[in-house]
Amino acid sequence: MTDIPLTTDQLSVTYTGDREIEAVKGVSIDFPANTLTTIIGPSGCGKSTLLKSLNRLHDIQENVEINGDVLLSGESVYDTDVPAPEIRRRIGYVPQTPTALPVSIYENVAYGLRIHGDYDSKADLDEKVETYLRKVNLWDEVADRLDAPGAELSTGQIQRLCVARSLAVEPDVLLCDEVTSALDPVSAESVEETLRELKSEYTIVLVTHSMAQARRLADEVVFLYLGEVIESNDVRSFFEDPQAERTRTFIGGPTPVDRDGTPVEPTATPPTHGGGSTVDDDER
Amino acid sequence: MTTDTDDLRDRARSSRLGRRLLAERYSSYWLTAAGYTAIALFAGITLLLFYRSLPILSEYPLSSLLTSANWDPAANEFGFLPAIVGTVYVTVLSMVMGVPVALGAAIYIAEYAEGRMKTLVAALIDVLAAVPSVIFGLVALIVVVPFVGNYVAPVFGENTVGVGIFTVSLVMAIVITPFMTSLTVESLESLPDELRETSLGVGATKFETIRSVLLRAAGPGIFSAILLGFGRVFGATIVPALLIGGQTQIPSSVFSSGQTLPTLIVNDFGELMSLPLTQSALIFVGLMLVVVVWLFNFGAMLVQRRLKRRWQYR
Repeated sequence: MTDIPLTTDQLSVTYTGDREIEAVKGVSIDFPANTLTTIIGPSGCGKSTLLKSLNRLHDIQENVEINGDVLLSGESVYDTDVPAPEIRRRIGYVPQTPTALPVSIYENVAYGLRIHGDYDSKADLDEKVETYLRKVNLWDEVADRLDAPGAELSTGQIQRLCVARSLAVEPDVLLCDEVTSALDPVSAESVEETLRELKSEYTIVLVTHSMAQARRLADEVVFLYLGEVIESNDVRSFFEDPQAERTRTFIGGPTPVDRDGTPVEPTATPPTHGGGSTVDDDER
Repeated sequence: MTTDTDDLRDRARSSRLGRRLLAERYSSYWLTAAGYTAIALFAGITLLLFYRSLPILSEYPLSSLLTSANWDPAANEFGFLPAIVGTVYVTVLSMVMGVPVALGAAIYIAEYAEGRMKTLVAALIDVLAAVPSVIFGLVALIVVVPFVGNYVAPVFGENTVGVGIFTVSLVMAIVITPFMTSLTVESLESLPDELRETSLGVGATKFETIRSVLLRAAGPGIFSAILLGFGRVFGATIVPALLIGGQTQIPSSVFSSGQTLPTLIVNDFGELMSLPLTQSALIFVGLMLVVVVWLFNFGAMLVQRRLKRRWQYR
């Protein structure tokens, strides 16, 4: 792995539905190895769209046009012979809504391992499931009910289960889309704690609209506004010495963050839920 | 001045509240009554059928009614086995032919088709689902009957004009397939995109996602769709009446003509209505249909409850 496992090169994402909307506009960013990079910005600024374009999740949508490229360890993600499923194994994705697959807790973690055949025996699979559940601090909470449906866990536990499932297939990069925004403060804290422990081992890209969360977790910060990168820097410089005027306004203005750092939806713009509404918001 | 208008507004509000509470009370009476009507209807119909079945049930033991192959009302022979066997044949064959096609079509529409193609296919299937089954019966008389008689049956070494169990099953499969497809598409499309993204996000292919995640998550809905299809075949009257050949015999092969429980009622009611014992026998057929459908729905409810827990997501 190079020091910069993931890079975007003039990446643009355009929705070509009834009206053409460029949600991400020629973005070039480096995501350094074993580092947690947060992409922050107001709701509807194209964060989720950008994140999904990093591992080709837009392939499943109609009317999306991608220009530019994403480079994984120097190799193109779009212009390549490597099949999309293999790309997505190497670039894992955890969605905003905690999503348990309709199988048991055990099978939720084993899901990717079974698909890729990444185990030698049942004992090996058992061991890997346990390893990754421990990695997200979930093992002690679920060890006695691995056969229960995943959806019977609390939302915070499900979100950690999602992280465990993604890590189990040993991705090079982990993409997390506002993974704490659907959680109560206590659960959000446990997920943050998990991410903090993981970031020295993994290259993580975290989308958030909570600046407090970015401050707490990030090594690097990218500020996205209306599909363009306004500023990117290491976390200390970004918050203590912002260069762009708009960054200063965004940081200093009425922040969409609770005092204790709980992520909340900003009141200035309506909340978004995925790609579709992102477009609408971008239009304003 | 101000107190006067405040006073007026208070009075208006309180009389309005009185009217609202009255509407609340009466609407709840009305809705409760509607609910009880449904229960009363079901109980009433079942009891009536049972009461009118008593003559035949007191004359012959149930076991001989259900296992005798001889149906000849004029000679007081009431064996339901041919119609029972015919019904089982038709139901099983239709489901075997219809369910895989319905599932495939639904998966194609919900997960693969795009743009105009998707709109077109989905709309066509919805229209097909709404066509009265008598139309399918008529078209089948012109097209399917000679096709089965001339081409399909000879392949299996059977000699038939084309009416019979197989033709009915094929046409009923065609009747229920759009219906089951439409309901299955709805279950698949109501699943959140996060499920797809989650599965694809760990490197699953589209087909793996459909097989391991989406079909399970939509499982309870698909199960309902199949069950409703089953109910329609089981109770189908007009298509079998037109195409089954109306011979009350144990079918010797799937291409034989035969009888189902509903066609037994339809074919014999007019002429044999005047014979009290025959009338009672046919009403007993109705009772069997009601009881079997009820048992199936009850069983399905239990299965569905398990599926919903086992295959829940989020």
